[in-house]
Amino acid sequence: MSSEIELRDGETSLEKAAEEPIANPGLPEHKWRPTDVDPKAEKRAERQVATLFLISMAASVAFVVAYLTIDVGDNPDTFGGLGASTLALGLALGTALLAIGIGVIHWARKLMGDHEIVEMRHPARSSDEDREYAVNELLTGIEESGIGRRPLVRNTLLGALGLVGLPFIIGLGDLGPLPGRKLYHTVWKPGMRVTRDVVGTPIKVSDLEIGDLVNAEPEIVFAVNEEGEHELHGVELQVAKSKAAVILVRMEPHEITAAKGRENWSVDGIICYSKICTHVGCPISLNERKSHHLLCPCHQSTFDLADNGRVIFGPAARALPQLPLMVDDEGYLVAQDDFDQPVGPSFWERG
Amino acid sequence: MGVLPNPLGRSHGTKAAKANKPNRGAAAAEWADDRLGLATAAKKQIRKVFPDHWSFMLGEIALWSFVVLLLTGVFLTFWFQPSMAEVEYQGSYDELRGVEMSQAYASTLDISFDVRGGLLLRQMHHWSAMLFIAAMLVHMMRVFLTGAFRKPRELNWVIGGLLILLGIVEGFAGYSLPDDLLSGTGLRIADGLVKATPVVGTYMSFYMFGGEFPGDEIIPRLYMVHILLIPGLILALIAAHMLLLVYHKHTQWPGPGRTEENVVGYPMMPVYAAKAGGFFFIVFGITALMGGLLSINPVWKYGPYDPSKVTAGSQPDWYMGIAEGLLRIMPGWETHIFGKTISWNVMLPGQIAPMVLLTMVLAWPFLEAWVTGDKREHHLLQRPRNAPTRTAFFVAMMSVYGLLWAAGGNDILAVQLGLSMEGITYFMRVAVFAVPVIVFIFVKRWCISLQRHDNETLLHGYETGVIMRSPEGGYTERHLPISESRAFTMTARDRDVVLDGSEPVDANGVEAPGSRLDGIRHRLSKALFADNVQKPTREELDEGHHHAEEEHAHEIEAGMDQPADGHQFDGRHTVEEESLRH
Repeated sequence: MSSEIELRDGETSLEKAAEEPIANPGLPEHKWRPTDVDPKAEKRAERQVATLFLISMAASVAFVVAYLTIDVGDNPDTFGGLGASTLALGLALGTALLAIGIGVIHWARKLMGDHEIVEMRHPARSSDEDREYAVNELLTGIEESGIGRRPLVRNTLLGALGLVGLPFIIGLGDLGPLPGRKLYHTVWKPGMRVTRDVVGTPIKVSDLEIGDLVNAEPEIVFAVNEEGEHELHGVELQVAKSKAAVILVRMEPHEITAAKGRENWSVDGIICYSKICTHVGCPISLNERKSHHLLCPCHQSTFDLADNGRVIFGPAARALPQLPLMVDDEGYLVAQDDFDQPVGPSFWERG
Repeated sequence: MGVLPNPLGRSHGTKAAKANKPNRGAAAAEWADDRLGLATAAKKQIRKVFPDHWSFMLGEIALWSFVVLLLTGVFLTFWFQPSMAEVEYQGSYDELRGVEMSQAYASTLDISFDVRGGLLLRQMHHWSAMLFIAAMLVHMMRVFLTGAFRKPRELNWVIGGLLILLGIVEGFAGYSLPDDLLSGTGLRIADGLVKATPVVGTYMSFYMFGGEFPGDEIIPRLYMVHILLIPGLILALIAAHMLLLVYHKHTQWPGPGRTEENVVGYPMMPVYAAKAGGFFFIVFGITALMGGLLSINPVWKYGPYDPSKVTAGSQPDWYMGIAEGLLRIMPGWETHIFGKTISWNVMLPGQIAPMVLLTMVLAWPFLEAWVTGDKREHHLLQRPRNAPTRTAFFVAMMSVYGLLWAAGGNDILAVQLGLSMEGITYFMRVAVFAVPVIVFIFVKRWCISLQRHDNETLLHGYETGVIMRSPEGGYTERHLPISESRAFTMTARDRDVVLDGSEPVDANGVEAPGSRLDGIRHRLSKALFADNVQKPTREELDEGHHHAEEEHAHEIEAGMDQPADGHQFDGRHTVEEESLRH
């Protein structure tokens, strides 16, 4: 073993068991680095490290200057969508940090002592004496507590500790209301108009060409009261949209194969389905015009709109719920009724 | 302390010597030590030895990126408002001015456009989150493939697994906070997953969201989970992970002078501290450069969350990719029984399969320890080739991970490669079961070939590339013995003990209790180790060397001991006084 090796925690030999094919040759000799033997190389490394630290200082100052001079603002598209401010600050901060890191590591590699040290390991387990001592101490403690001799105290304590968890569990009760029948209904009501998404205009049969697909909402989503405020807003609006969003599609009436009881749910080939995927609830949006297939962009469940929203591909297990349509006195498309089943993902009670 | 006689005369002497020369630093240290006993706590740690290898740096990347996450996260909390209250956006971003949105989304836009350095911090936070999880996964690969999980480190292996799980949940919670269209879609999928839970799913969903999805509670609740609960757990587990690392001391690669009983490397002070500390700045600096140069999660392009909208090609962050892939390739199975619904199509891929995969990997060390019955501590790492079954198992698991990841982007793959999306999905349904089997067999045989090659090198030396022609006209390649230290390193591994099932009954011919379990154990032992190639014995080595010498002698007799020009400079011969032969 090389004389440069420092041994700690008592020296032990590195002898190998007899059956090993090759004996452990011991640590190789320490190799001197150029910086150890050449004062010029040492000076050079020292200058390199200091230069890196100087670069870091300059970059930190540059960060402050950029922070104070460059506008953060409304144009995120300068410099490839990054914004001049973000780019300058990022470059300055990155340089300031990197230069410190590289400098310190360069210092460690070139100038700090590089003698490898040997330290002996110890088994992770405690010694037998320690184990015995600890167990005795523990037993003495248990003995003095009398927990073994007083089962009444022990059992009532266990009962108390068990029950004291209850207040904390029941305390979570108001995290949310109980589901009740909320998942079974949407804001659709008999006679409610089907209106275009975003703009909220009602739709006439003549507005749709064969092959058209329209994203639609119930008119209540856009309704305003006398004061000109939306009737639904905030969380109510979001919940309403998350269940009531629909798609309208028009095809040749003869292409539709309506299930029993759904024969009069479409109007002149216009048919309406829930937009919420029955898999895990993404809004479905990708329409294949020719085949009347509708594809969910999240997990690619595909539904056949001509055939009652049947699943023809993907992980969804149930057909898209269909909204029964009719035309009101003014010729606008309205719902005959709410959906006849819960929309969106399956849940246990659904049946 | 001063009044008591110090039994350690030397250190007392040092202290007394210092007292003669008053020194502020020493005085402060003494003041602190009088109260905290720092010297006792630190004396063994200051020069603690850490072995050096590039692969030991992977866990460090994870650690430092977590620190960067904490630092950038603290900055973000100053401006982010975790509220789903509706506001009209009036900030600097023209395209969304006047649009109604949640306060969470509006404040995210403010951080991006109206807080100087805000976008940089947001992007740094997101990049370091990805780095954190990626580094943990690669670190886990390193630990598994080198057998660093063996006794006494099994519990630290499990802690690491929990850290990965928590890191992924933390990442999901984090990217859900801005309440943009993409993150809202992610939450909606989470809601679908929760609702698929048998019996209590609906209740869990209503309790999570404070009512019906999306409600107005989930963002503030996730915020608490994201900035307090999970980071607290991660911090505690990291502390336990590091304390165990210090207590067990780091593993090391075998090599000359390195044994199971020692640890060879650089001392904590100064080299390791400088390298690790410097590395923190490098990780931090690279994150800053990424935050400044590489756009990530531009939430302003997605718009506020609207439950009736979604963008095509919706993708979660990459670390959710396998859950996404599982959801996508699962067939649409659902059971309706007694008026209840069991959604296998969501529950299996979303809740059960990821846990099963993680448990399989986390349980491996315990399986291996049980099969070998090995109770010794192991501190020397193994090369992946020297544990062929283990390596093959893990690479098979990696292939599952990769396939599911690809399946999570089946729509994008279909568009990019011009393939049918249905075709890719059907292929994946079969491939996730078939490919790992093929990969397992292939990798196991590959490892065994590499073991054979190692033995060849030990017994017959390395291939010099020097081709010789015998007088009869045949050609052979000249082999030369490898250096002693390399040969030692290659043989510094245990021989595998295969339980051959020869003792299923005890001495009296009675089946020992638990012998059926023993039968399984013996079969597993064969499956794990029977095909492995063991290192040569001393006799085999001697014979190999003897044979080589004999051959060499023949060559000398035949006048063939003339290596090609330049060969003397192969670094294995002394080259003093040698010049290039002409």
